[in-house]
Amino acid sequence: MGKFIVRRVFLAIIIIILGAFSVYAVIRLLPTSFIEKIARERATLPGGKSYAEWLKQLNAIYRMDSNVFAGYAGWVTDAIRGNFGDSWVYNIPVTQKFKDVIWYSVALNIVTFFLQTAIAIPLGITAARKQYSKTDYSITVIALAGISLPSFFLATILKFAFSLKLGWFDLYGIVGRNHEFMSSFGKILDMSYHLVLPVITLTMLNIGGLMRFTRTNMLEVLNTDYIRTARAKGLSERVVINRHAFRNTMIPLISYMSYLLPGMFAGSLITETLFRIPGIGYIAYGAMIGGDIPFTMFYSVFLIILTQLSLMIADIMYAVVDPRVRIN
Amino acid sequence: MNENRPKNEKHTPSGPAHESASTTELMDEQVVNEEILVREHHVKVLSPGMMVLKRFIRNRLAITGLIILVVMFIFSFIGGLLSPYSQQETFYSTESMFKDYASATKNTELRYTVKEDEAFSKGAYARFLLSLGKQKTVFESDGKTYSYREIGDDFYIVEEDKILSEVATRKNLFAYKDAKGYTTSQGMREAFEKAYIAKEDNFVFENEEYQIIRDKIAAFIAQPIDVAVASYLIFDPVNQEDSKYINSYDFRVDSQKAIDLRLTEFTSNGQSFDIEYLDGSILMNRINSGMKEPFAVASDMIVNAISPDIFLNVEFKEAVLDAITDSESSVVIPNAAGEDVYYRIELVNSIYTIKSEVITRVIDMYHQPDSKHWLGTDQNGMDLLTRLMYGGRVSLLVGFIVVLLEMIIGIIVGGISGYFGKWVDTLLMRFIDLFNSIPYFPIMIIAGAVMDTMEVDPYLRVFYLMIILGLLGWTGIARVVRGQILALREQDFMVATEATGIRVSRRISKHLIPNVMPLLIVQATMSLGSIILTEATLSFLGLGIKYPIASWGSIINAASIPYVVTNYWFVWIPAGLLILLTVLGFNFVGDGLRDAYDPKMKR
Repeated sequence: MGKFIVRRVFLAIIIIILGAFSVYAVIRLLPTSFIEKIARERATLPGGKSYAEWLKQLNAIYRMDSNVFAGYAGWVTDAIRGNFGDSWVYNIPVTQKFKDVIWYSVALNIVTFFLQTAIAIPLGITAARKQYSKTDYSITVIALAGISLPSFFLATILKFAFSLKLGWFDLYGIVGRNHEFMSSFGKILDMSYHLVLPVITLTMLNIGGLMRFTRTNMLEVLNTDYIRTARAKGLSERVVINRHAFRNTMIPLISYMSYLLPGMFAGSLITETLFRIPGIGYIAYGAMIGGDIPFTMFYSVFLIILTQLSLMIADIMYAVVDPRVRIN
Repeated sequence: MNENRPKNEKHTPSGPAHESASTTELMDEQVVNEEILVREHHVKVLSPGMMVLKRFIRNRLAITGLIILVVMFIFSFIGGLLSPYSQQETFYSTESMFKDYASATKNTELRYTVKEDEAFSKGAYARFLLSLGKQKTVFESDGKTYSYREIGDDFYIVEEDKILSEVATRKNLFAYKDAKGYTTSQGMREAFEKAYIAKEDNFVFENEEYQIIRDKIAAFIAQPIDVAVASYLIFDPVNQEDSKYINSYDFRVDSQKAIDLRLTEFTSNGQSFDIEYLDGSILMNRINSGMKEPFAVASDMIVNAISPDIFLNVEFKEAVLDAITDSESSVVIPNAAGEDVYYRIELVNSIYTIKSEVITRVIDMYHQPDSKHWLGTDQNGMDLLTRLMYGGRVSLLVGFIVVLLEMIIGIIVGGISGYFGKWVDTLLMRFIDLFNSIPYFPIMIIAGAVMDTMEVDPYLRVFYLMIILGLLGWTGIARVVRGQILALREQDFMVATEATGIRVSRRISKHLIPNVMPLLIVQATMSLGSIILTEATLSFLGLGIKYPIASWGSIINAASIPYVVTNYWFVWIPAGLLILLTVLGFNFVGDGLRDAYDPKMKR
């Protein structure tokens, strides 16, 4: 087991290094005129440096003067020490900006996670129990509709209904107009209030996947022989479902949800952008749109690490559950 | 797939066939047996594909999805042909706007006209106004003495007491020093001397009155001469070339005198004029050999054009003044081209503003849905229904091409990986892991931003978008193909193909690929939906497909402005519903196909 984990972590590290290199190479592939344009734009800002100075600085930061490998090696050397450079758009160190905004995303995602688990798992189990019934059909339709909904359309409808027509929520932002004058408890309430619509959006979008996953796994378990045995020996349906079936469904479910865990830090780029929640997603979006190379590099590598973490957790959980995996 | 057949055979409804056979006569037994055989054969021979189809058709959700997709395809690909409008046809509407055109105010300032060859300075004019206010008839300016007389209502003639000669007197001796250009005649001198000795202030000579101004040692002979005429009336010539004549002193005096007395005729400089008193103005016609032709218009209102490049003709002024006097709020006046123009007259702070109705052709933005535009128009004045149709084409085509691209790459990589296994498999799977780790959205956003910066042509952009989406999304298909092939490789029929010595390429194309196809189709159908979603999201963010090319996502892009969301539902709701329905259709069909292919999902 220990050997397996060590091997898995080693693989993850290699993938992270190579993945970061790919992103670095993509950014390096940007036509130089792009960098020049940014330098020119930045040179026109008041109190700034001249065009030549900016160009020199940009080239130095991204080691455009050296080759891709040397440049990447330099970037990695800095990154390992925690130095990701200054964000061009936000004008503060990238890691500083990251620390400021990440908790909005985490709060948003944790609430969504619990909400979606609480709704999706019971619905998935119900759908599996009553396979091909009307309930199953409607739950399937809802799940597929959730998967098929464009996030921006759902967010716009919610904003249209609850912000513009009913006026219950603000259109944008994480804080209200009077935020500064509130008590600390009031501030938290204000922020939670602003997170209601984003949470609803994300929950509706995510429910479908989890619901279908639960249903499929539950169906698989319900088709097994030991469930037939449990029924045959006359156990009540409730005991069959709760004791025998659901507990066995939990195994893939937990590995699925542990897979989702690192994703909580990734932010939700589209939803945060639509509601202008200053989480990592929205901030990164602004940085990427603004051609902020340090932030883009940082965010991309951050996402790569999170993905690898997810996969690692899933694999390890799988190995924990299934002994056959460990042997290979 | 090969497993399906024996299972299905068990469930074929062969019962009724046997029943019917037992009731037939022995004589026909052979025939009936044959019939049974044929029937049984017919039922049993139902191919795996037919079984899948049958199961698929029985799945109501899948059929709903299929119907949705068919409708979407008809809507996008045939609808575009049927629509009377083209994709980028801009519609215009005329909008009437009232623009300030002219203003009219009552003239509160006395306008003066100076007689030719006479001097009446601005300073003198100011003095004149002052003394008019004080009701003093004599005033001085620039060392000259002026007086004025009121001829008629607010109609004054200013006269200057002009010194003709300075006379030095001592006892009864006179020495004359005449003003320039004037010579006192002998008779006049005698008349003056007589009056001077008689200590009179004026004398008459040849029917003209002269004044005597006394000084200590000198006296002056002065004569009042009219120098200027002042009144509130404004004169406008009908023909611009007459303006000098109209503003001449003589004409002013003659016409004003006539107007004052409400005469209908007068003569000036030997020309006869006729006067018509209209509601708000006075029209003067020149009588030219018995014919009356309009000559000038006078009124106490000033009518000015707002913009200096507009010349207001007399007809316009006349009509406006009439309308103002009749306190009408609008007036229709023909313009130079003879077209009637509607003017609105508004009174603000004693200034009448004349606004002309200007009909401008404007882009028909956010036109409400009606019979002409069933879903209204967008922010560029383009028919939304038509754009939705063409947008559907783009969205669906992008989906199909990207899936095709993903399939090609996925099948090649997954096929090689699954078939050859061992180190090739490990290497390719690690490569897929690496590829999967590359974050999707940052790359797409960088690509979009770069394309924005480079100002890539919108049509070229669609192709780039397809290539990028295809290159980023093939790993899922590769994994499916690899998994399937790994499983199939161990099966007996593959061992048989190897034993019979079939070529590798033929083994892959004839035996492996067809068996991978079902799951691949499911995967492709599902990913079609997600690609359409991704494209729409990118276009919504303004990073995907751009104007002037329509796509459903770029149509919804307008909804990023709250004003549009609130007021123009028809801009964003139909496009959103179309995306939702299409993706839902693909997911329904994909789900139904998966269930139909999966033997475990039997009902």
